[in-house]
Amino acid sequence: MGDETVHALRGVNFDIHPGEFVTIMGASGSGKSTMLNILGCMDRPTAGHYILDGEHTEKLKRDALARIRSQKIGFVFQSYNLLNRTTAIENVELPLLYNPKISSAERRERAVKALEMVGLESRMNHLPNQLSGGQQQRVAIARALVNDPVIILADEATGNLDTRTSYEIMMIFQKLNRQGKTIAFVTHEPDIATFSGRTITLRDGLLKKDVVNEHVQDAKAAFEALPPPETFDEEDALA
Amino acid sequence: MSPITLIKIAIRALLRNRMRTFLSVLGIVIGVAAVITMVAMGEGSKKSIKEQMTAMGTNAIIIMPNRDRRGGVQMESSEMLEEEDVIAIRENATYINGVSPMITVSGQAIVGNNNSPTSLSGVSADYLKIRNYEIADGVMFDDDADRMAKVCVIGQTVVTNLFPDVDPIGKTIRYKSIPLKVIGVLKAKGSGDFGQDQDDVIFTPYQTVMKRFSATTNIRQIYANSIGEGYAEKATEEIMGILKERRSWTRPTDPFRVFTQEEMIQMVTSTSDLLSLVLTAIAGISLFVGGIGIMNIMYVSVTERTKEIGLRMAIGARGRDILLQFLFESVIISLLGGAIGIALGIAASETVKIAMNWPMSVSVTSVIVSFGVCFATGVFFGWYPARKASRLDPIEALRFE
Repeated sequence: MGDETVHALRGVNFDIHPGEFVTIMGASGSGKSTMLNILGCMDRPTAGHYILDGEHTEKLKRDALARIRSQKIGFVFQSYNLLNRTTAIENVELPLLYNPKISSAERRERAVKALEMVGLESRMNHLPNQLSGGQQQRVAIARALVNDPVIILADEATGNLDTRTSYEIMMIFQKLNRQGKTIAFVTHEPDIATFSGRTITLRDGLLKKDVVNEHVQDAKAAFEALPPPETFDEEDALA
Repeated sequence: MSPITLIKIAIRALLRNRMRTFLSVLGIVIGVAAVITMVAMGEGSKKSIKEQMTAMGTNAIIIMPNRDRRGGVQMESSEMLEEEDVIAIRENATYINGVSPMITVSGQAIVGNNNSPTSLSGVSADYLKIRNYEIADGVMFDDDADRMAKVCVIGQTVVTNLFPDVDPIGKTIRYKSIPLKVIGVLKAKGSGDFGQDQDDVIFTPYQTVMKRFSATTNIRQIYANSIGEGYAEKATEEIMGILKERRSWTRPTDPFRVFTQEEMIQMVTSTSDLLSLVLTAIAGISLFVGGIGIMNIMYVSVTERTKEIGLRMAIGARGRDILLQFLFESVIISLLGGAIGIALGIAASETVKIAMNWPMSVSVTSVIVSFGVCFATGVFFGWYPARKASRLDPIEALRFE
């Protein structure tokens, strides 16, 4: 508020290489969001460089940033941000609408493929309110995949989900990473970070830690190790 | 984004808020329908006035004494028209087809127990062709043979009033105790320019009126018709020249006033032009209000969909894409309203025409212009909300709840 300038990030320097799965951690106020906005080309650093896929982004105009977002970045948000009253497949197609080179036939084909990758091919024509939270987030992941981005950015993508569903989502991310996708995953949950190959920790705008995880946890194994879900009997619940 | 995609997105967004879309469309519908109907009314009345004027006689010219009145007081004694003027015009004018004096006497025509309050018009035989009257039965009197003869030719209204059951030809009517023999009956003509009954007439030779009824040599009006359209001005000049020459007229003011049919049409239509301009302006204001309605709803829509806008921007929409998306919505609203409004306006015009027997004429121009104005309205009133949307910061917009 006011005229006071806050430097959310100061002198942070790191590289993310193709095929990496990086989690970015930090408490609130650590600069996580600013970092994500810069990585996602939603914002430009006031000083310094951000080179994405060999392209300097710090001097780009709004439209050029939009083009980069359209072609090189896939976003997954905490609150899914699906368009309501719009079917899953149409939500997935959305990023391709802003790329004039892609025909409507190709759009459909790629969206179907993306939904297959997240295991929702059977729910293509469902509306978001007909899907569970986990399914909605999978649609959102498909949407992030559909433009074949150089990096997928996830912003607290499991933040609204219970543990089981979170692990399911992490299974998908790990699968995508194995297929060669580069992923940057912002979270404040330490156990989520254990599924990634590298963790960058920010504190007060500074890079505090940048460590490679020796023991990456397999999300599938973790999921199976969870106690079976409690089966709710409606009558019991009412009694 | 292709226009088809934009249209699809816009239509979907509009269908999402059916009631709201319907109300915004309604604002435009009312405006456009009002414009179409008002213009149709104006055009219709203008057309019907023209038609009636033409029915009166296409190239008619009326000559009257120039009464120079100031503040209601007659300044100098006006020149009077005389029989010799009529003869001089008939003999010398080359741009004139026919000429007739017109002297009227008011009174009652009586046959037995029937009477008809019809004024008696003293004219010459030319009067029929000047005013587009036709003989249905019998003959018109002859200027020379029937000079001062006690004969008359009557219109259909008079026939109905005086001779409900019998053939009027050869019968006698009494006008101010003077018997006039009916030698001809006119074809029905209908009502005239200002609603008067053109069939409620009794024509008699003008000399008969001068001699037997009014005892005057003065003529109030002379009717003439020019040889064709476009000759009215030349004929007027010629007549004025003849009339001045007869009087060795040297004063700068003209002794007589000459009205041509064309002038009279202009006079009447300019009044109706003004009326239709006022009506159209009022209708235009309602269209403007409809446009404000669109603007209002688009602002609400942009605010409501801030998060959607943020998302679209995050996944690659440029400001331009967002601008077009919202602009398409407002243009679709206004064009839809325009199309429905035009249909409704035409329907309303036809209904008024049939139900109330008003002259209505939907002009193609008004339809095309209305549609164009609707498009412009959509763009104009959609522009600011759309621009607001396109300038949102994606980070802020995504955070919006």
